[in-house]
Amino acid sequence: MAVRDYIRERFMPHIWCAGCGHGIVMNNLIRAIEVLGLKKNDIVMVSGIGCSARISGYLDFHTLHTLHGRALAFATGVKLGRPDLHIIVPMGDGDATAIGGNHFIHAARRNIDITAVIMNNHIYGMTGGQYSPLSVYGRMATTAPFGNIDQAFDIVGLAQSAGASFVARTTSYHATSMIKIFQKAITHKGFSVVEVLSQCPTYYGRKNRLGDAVEMMEFFKKNTTPLGSAAKEKNPDLIERGIFVQEDRPEYCAEYKKIIKKAMGEQ
Amino acid sequence: MNKKTLFLQGNEVCVEAALYAGLDFFAGYPITPSTEIVEHLASRLPQKGGCFIQMEDEIASMCAIIGASLTGMKAMTATSGPGFSLMQEAIGYAVMAEIPCVIVNVQRGGPSTGMPTSVSQGDVMQARWGTHGDHAIITLTASNHQDVFAMTVEAFNLAETYRTPVILLLDEVVGHMREKLLMPEPAEIPLIERLHTSVKEGTDYHPYLPREDGRLPMSDFGGVHRYNVTGLVHDMWGFPTNNPKIAHGLMRHIVDKIENRVSEITRVKEYFLDDAEGILLSYGSSARSALHVVKNRRKSGERLGLLELQTLWPFPAELVRERCAHAKYVLVVELNMGQILQEVKKAVDDPSKVFLANKVDGTFITPTDIRNVIRLILGKGV
Repeated sequence: MAVRDYIRERFMPHIWCAGCGHGIVMNNLIRAIEVLGLKKNDIVMVSGIGCSARISGYLDFHTLHTLHGRALAFATGVKLGRPDLHIIVPMGDGDATAIGGNHFIHAARRNIDITAVIMNNHIYGMTGGQYSPLSVYGRMATTAPFGNIDQAFDIVGLAQSAGASFVARTTSYHATSMIKIFQKAITHKGFSVVEVLSQCPTYYGRKNRLGDAVEMMEFFKKNTTPLGSAAKEKNPDLIERGIFVQEDRPEYCAEYKKIIKKAMGEQ
Repeated sequence: MNKKTLFLQGNEVCVEAALYAGLDFFAGYPITPSTEIVEHLASRLPQKGGCFIQMEDEIASMCAIIGASLTGMKAMTATSGPGFSLMQEAIGYAVMAEIPCVIVNVQRGGPSTGMPTSVSQGDVMQARWGTHGDHAIITLTASNHQDVFAMTVEAFNLAETYRTPVILLLDEVVGHMREKLLMPEPAEIPLIERLHTSVKEGTDYHPYLPREDGRLPMSDFGGVHRYNVTGLVHDMWGFPTNNPKIAHGLMRHIVDKIENRVSEITRVKEYFLDDAEGILLSYGSSARSALHVVKNRRKSGERLGLLELQTLWPFPAELVRERCAHAKYVLVVELNMGQILQEVKKAVDDPSKVFLANKVDGTFITPTDIRNVIRLILGKGV
C-alpha cells in the first residue's frame, strides 16, 4: 500500500507548524506498518492531548483520541478487550512524563503489549511553549522566563527501570533507523517504548535561539551517537540512540489468560 | 419456581447483578466502602472468562473501562467519594464520546477523605454535575438488596440503550449491610445488548449519526469499520470540528437523548401515596427508615406515604410534582444537606410545604429521627 492509503485525507491539512518533527514520525510509523504488512483493521491508535496526539486522527486505523495523559490507561482497556490487536500510542512530553507519568510507569511495569512512541521536543507545543518534564535545565520557555530550573527526565532510563521490555531512542534526523526501530517495537511482545527526539522550531527553537528546523535536526545528527560507540567514550555529553532493552518477559495479556484458566479450573 | 436464596452484602449483590447483566470487563482501585466489589470481581470475573484489572488509580480505571467498552465489552468500575472525584474527567469523556459503561459509587461520609467507613448520600449533586460542561447523565440508586440487583442490571441496560455512562449511587449502609437476595433466574430480567451497526464493510459508517429514534448503532474496535473517537466536539464521522452548527447539534443530542426521555428512564417505588397527607420522599438506605415510619404510622391511622426514587438523574420532576400535588407536606429524607430537597422544591407547586429530615454526621437516620421532624412540621413538638 502507498503511504497515502494510511492517511485520512478528510483530516488534512494537519495542525503541525512548518518544520515540526511530528510529521516525520508519522510518516515513518506508516512506513514501518507497511513493511510489516499489518492490516489496518488490526491496529488501534490511542492518543492523549497535544500536538503529537493528533497523529491518531490523521491515520486510517481504529483511532481513539482521549484525555491528556490518559492514553495508556484507555489503551490498556482496549488491549485487554482485544489482545489480538496492535495498539500504538503516540505521545508527547506531557502525555508521557507529566500528567501521564503514572500511567506510563505502570503500563511499563505490567509489560502489557502496547507500543508507546514518545515524541520528545522538550516543550509543550500545543499550549504555546511552556516547559515540560523533558525541557533541558537552563532553557527558556514561556513559563520559565528566567530559565528552567527543573531537571529533565531521561525517558530511556525511566522506561527501563519501570520494567518496559523494549526501550529505544532515535531522532527525527535518523529516519531510516527510526523505521526499523518502529518495526521491532510494534512486533515486540510486551511494553515497548520508542523515544524520538523531535524538533519544535516554533517554540523551543525560537525561545532558545536554536535556529530553524534544519539546524535543530543537525543538532540531533551532531550530538547523538549509536549505542556503545567509541565516540561516547570520548565525549560523554553525546546522547546515545539505538535499542537499549529488548527482552522476552511475561506479557500481561498472556499472563491474564493463565489467570482465566486457573479461575475456571477452580470453579 | 424455587429461587436460590442468598444472604449477601450489598456490594456482593452488585457484583452478582453485574455478572447477570453480562459484565465482561472491570477495572478498579480499592477504596472503602466499595472494596468488596473489587475483591469479589477479582475472583468472579475470570471464572466466567471476563477480564479484571486493578489499575494504578481511579482515573486509569475509568479510562480503561471506556477503552474496553469500545471493543464491545460490557464494562464497569466501582469506587467511593475520593475515587469518584478522580473519575470525573473521564466520565465526561464517556458522555461526549457516547461510550456505554457503568460507574458504581458506594458513598461515604464527608468531602475529601471524610469518614471512609460511615454512610452518606453526599455525592448526589456530584453525580449530576461532577464533570465539567453542560451534559445529561443517568444516575440510579437502591435501598435494598433486591433493588440493588435490579438497578445494577438496569444500569447496564440504560448504558447500552442510550450509549452513555450510567452512575449507580449506592451508600455505605446498603453496600455493607447483609440481607436476603432472591437470585433472579437467568432471563427473568430482560437484558439489553449493544446495538451494532448493520452497515456492511466498504460502506461509509457514521458512528455519530443518530437514527430516527436517537440511538447510535456501534461498531467494535477491531471490526470492519475504522473510525475516530474523540472528546472534542465532533461530526458524524467522529472528526473534531469547531463548526457552530455541528457543535450545537451535538450538544442538543447528548442532552436531549436523556432529558427528553425522563419518563422512560424514571424508576420509582410508591407506598400508600393515594390518600397521603404527608409524603416522605427518599432514596437509597435512608428510604428504609422512611418506609419503616410510614408503615408504622399507618397502623395508627396517620395518612403517610413514601415516594422512593430509584432514578435520581434525570430528576423525575413532573412525576414528583404530580404525586405531591395534594399532600399537606413533603418531607425529603436524605443523608446530606438537602441535595434532592432543592430539586423537590423546584418541582412542586408550593415549595414552602417541602421539609428536610437529614443527617450529615456519618450515622444512619433512624425512624425516630424522621418521626421527630414530622412532629415539628405538625407543630407537636419533639
